[in-house]
Amino acid sequence: MSSTDIQKLAQSGVQAIPSVAVELPETRFRQVSRRFVKNKMAVIGLLFCLLLFAIGLFAPLLQPYAPDEITGDFAAAPSSAHWLGTDQIGRDVLSRLISATQVSLLVGFATVAIYVAFGTVVGLLSAYYGGWIDTVVMRITDMFMAFPFMMVILVVVSVVGPSLFTIIAVLALFSWPSIARLVRGSVLSLKQADHVRAAVSLGLRTPRIIRHHIFPGAMAPIIVNATFGVASAILTESGLSFLGMGVQPPTASWGNMLSEAQSISVLSGQPWLWLPAGLAILLTVLAINFVGDGLRDALDPKQ
Amino acid sequence: MIELESMPLPVSRPDTADTLLRLDGLKTYYPIRKGLLGRVKGHVKAVDGVSLDIRQGETLGLVGESGCGKSTIGRTILRLEQSTGGVIRYRGEDITHYSTSKMRPMRTEMQMIFQDPFSSLNPWMRVRDILKEPMIAHDKASSATVDAEVDRLLDAVGIPRAYKERYAHEFSGGQRQRIGIARALALNPKFIVCDEPVSALDVSIQAQVLNLLKQLQKDMGLTYLFIAHGLGAVKYISTRIAVMYLGKVVEIGTKEEIFRAPKHPYTQILLNAYPVPNPHLRGREKIVVQGDVPSPANPPSGCRFHTRCPFVQDRCRQEEPALLGGIDGHAAACHYAF
Amino acid sequence: MITYIARRLLIFVPVLLGITIINFIIINMAPGNPVDMYIDPNMSPAIAEAKKEALGLNDPLFIQYFKWLGTILTGDLGYSMSSFAPVAQLIGERIMPTVTLGLAALVLALLIAVPLGILSALKQNTKIDYLVTGLSFIGTSIPNFFLGLALIYIFAVNLGVLPTGGMQKLGGDGGFGDRMIHMILPAIVLATAIAGRKVRYVRASMLDVLKQDYLRTARSKGVHEFWVTNKHALRNALLPVITVVGLEIPILLGGAIITEQIFQWPGIGQLTLQSMMSRDYPTIMALNLIAAIAVLGANLLTDVMYSAADPRIKVG
Repeated sequence: MSSTDIQKLAQSGVQAIPSVAVELPETRFRQVSRRFVKNKMAVIGLLFCLLLFAIGLFAPLLQPYAPDEITGDFAAAPSSAHWLGTDQIGRDVLSRLISATQVSLLVGFATVAIYVAFGTVVGLLSAYYGGWIDTVVMRITDMFMAFPFMMVILVVVSVVGPSLFTIIAVLALFSWPSIARLVRGSVLSLKQADHVRAAVSLGLRTPRIIRHHIFPGAMAPIIVNATFGVASAILTESGLSFLGMGVQPPTASWGNMLSEAQSISVLSGQPWLWLPAGLAILLTVLAINFVGDGLRDALDPKQ
Repeated sequence: MIELESMPLPVSRPDTADTLLRLDGLKTYYPIRKGLLGRVKGHVKAVDGVSLDIRQGETLGLVGESGCGKSTIGRTILRLEQSTGGVIRYRGEDITHYSTSKMRPMRTEMQMIFQDPFSSLNPWMRVRDILKEPMIAHDKASSATVDAEVDRLLDAVGIPRAYKERYAHEFSGGQRQRIGIARALALNPKFIVCDEPVSALDVSIQAQVLNLLKQLQKDMGLTYLFIAHGLGAVKYISTRIAVMYLGKVVEIGTKEEIFRAPKHPYTQILLNAYPVPNPHLRGREKIVVQGDVPSPANPPSGCRFHTRCPFVQDRCRQEEPALLGGIDGHAAACHYAF
Repeated sequence: MITYIARRLLIFVPVLLGITIINFIIINMAPGNPVDMYIDPNMSPAIAEAKKEALGLNDPLFIQYFKWLGTILTGDLGYSMSSFAPVAQLIGERIMPTVTLGLAALVLALLIAVPLGILSALKQNTKIDYLVTGLSFIGTSIPNFFLGLALIYIFAVNLGVLPTGGMQKLGGDGGFGDRMIHMILPAIVLATAIAGRKVRYVRASMLDVLKQDYLRTARSKGVHEFWVTNKHALRNALLPVITVVGLEIPILLGGAIITEQIFQWPGIGQLTLQSMMSRDYPTIMALNLIAAIAVLGANLLTDVMYSAADPRIKVG
């Protein structure tokens, strides 16, 4: 408690019990962080994610070679010049791995940012206004969710043509319904809450009620869902790229690096071509999933 | 026949100058959807033709068992529920079908205190912001005066000013209810619906909150509709009392009339359920209620209470009694009122 | 319940219609006319135009849609553009391998997840619990193609105990044992992600049940701990697990595409990928529609089973 606060207290002339007044209440953020750091795996996951961000941010500085530069022998084994060897056309695997970090993070976060924003708005409006709007929106989400995810994404990509932008757009297009339904569910229950009724009877305008009195309550599940969504978007992108329907060479992506290992000779003789990229995906997705799990526990109001 | 009998009541009700709020045949039904196409197959008649007046400065207690529609009335008056029929008049102004935007200025006149102090405060806001919200929404205070207003409200309900930085979950039930009251007062309303404001609180806290409500009423000239399911709090705070059963008002009168000379058998049963403070009177013969409350989706014919009434006659099963009373305003809806 | 199922089926109609519309739009977004492939480039423009007219390609899009919908409704899925075989026949040939593989993966996933989940719950907050939970996270995080490649590397290339792919030995008789051996690796790959999720589900469900009062009652009546777990807790913990198995169907279908590709398993997934590579739109549309029906059906089945298993849940 700062001295100005004490002054204010003195000015207000209220005889507050000191022990109560001194202690500033814990903010929600601090409370959640305190719970989050108790989960060791989540903290490790978060640190790993921060490391990935750093790698993605400083990729050009960290890459020993340009990622699509032909630097040496074809498919050379790891050496002091090429820590992770070179690929079949002589590009440095480590440089490509670092460069692909940018692609994965971009796909993960851009996709989630787009569909979470869209899904949240749709879910909020659908639940708040109800009636036929709600019915129509829910039927549309039914349609989108009835498509087998991977299959329909492949169809769209094969029709529109694969590119980084297409991947992000298509993943977002088929991911928003789950967020919309999630948000709708929490809004419907919050709409019945007395504090929202109170806001209505106080004559607050609808946008303000949604923003200040409903949205904060829907935040926790959105954050958790979005975190898992990043992991799943990265996983899907790598799968698409593996099938040749995602990020196209020469741009490096962990998925398309692995797709070159489909031949038995690469698989058996040149593990540096597929093991690092595969492990990179596994560790990244694992780390994000741990963070999501930690967030879910930390944000759970029941605890 | 039945249609005729559910027409507005024949009791004479002069619209006196001191009537603040008037309900005429108010109905609130909830549709029951069933079947393949989700067609409306019936209605839960939560409020089914209620007429009453609330006078300036008084506290009208509204009592009845849970599910009798008393809370729905409160919410319907504040337009939190859409009425199905009837008229709501505030200071003579028909507000029954006001749009959200037309209703907004009315919100500064009419407010509500909720039953559950734990769910009625926004858990993501500090107390200061909870109290600021309504003032901002109605441009009631400038940024310069708003903090002083918050302090004034906290003083009024007896919450130390230093607590305004706290979140709702850091308070006890009684304190939360005080904050809920402060929020209702933020717009300087004239009329407040108190929806069972003390029933979720400890008995020791109940009296404090009731005293606060009484004090505020005196200081600010408030009018209350005080909803409760027990007679205890109502007896303490009300000037007049209305008793509800299955969506209808069965008896209305001053507190003294209701407690000394109840006319409706149902009121008598409610009074019997209420512990008698004077041990010498406890020997009084008790009327015992029979059976369960019928469903408001399918209320009994005739008098709604006939399935449980110890004095039931043939006429009660067929003919619905009107809420009839004398000049004094003490009225009961019973063919064989005491 | 019957009204509920009928109402859900009624909702399927607009949903399925919407799916066909979205499908149709996506496919018509393809650069160039999808049926340009039908037309020999050496053909004179006039003849090509006449052929387009005959195929109805010059009609407005919505007329084309209704024509296509009309033929679909008669059960005619059209002809493949690459192999010219009827689409129904193509899918018919491929459906059994996918269903077999999917069922095997589902059974395998439950066989792994149920015991591990129960163990994890009974030993809550011990090393075993952390190990199982950690493994389940790896299971849901590992990309299936990476797992597939790693398994081929270990079991087929290095140890040489299992085949690298295909459904039967080249020139083999395709007997039951041969097929089972070929199915082991793809089934493991498909099962891993499902098992990972289910372990946590079983664990949570079991923990939930273990907290219930009726178990305390059983214990206090002197029921042996073994029976408390096996008879009283297990049934109630597993019911929700089994009933939501239907929700795995879309994941199985998605996983099948990559898994069948890696292991050269001649199923629906491989057909999907092949028809996409060759832009075989009639096949793609039919596959999408069938998959959507499967997903909708699975969802409905899940809801019905869920409410049948738990009398507290009312549908309708």
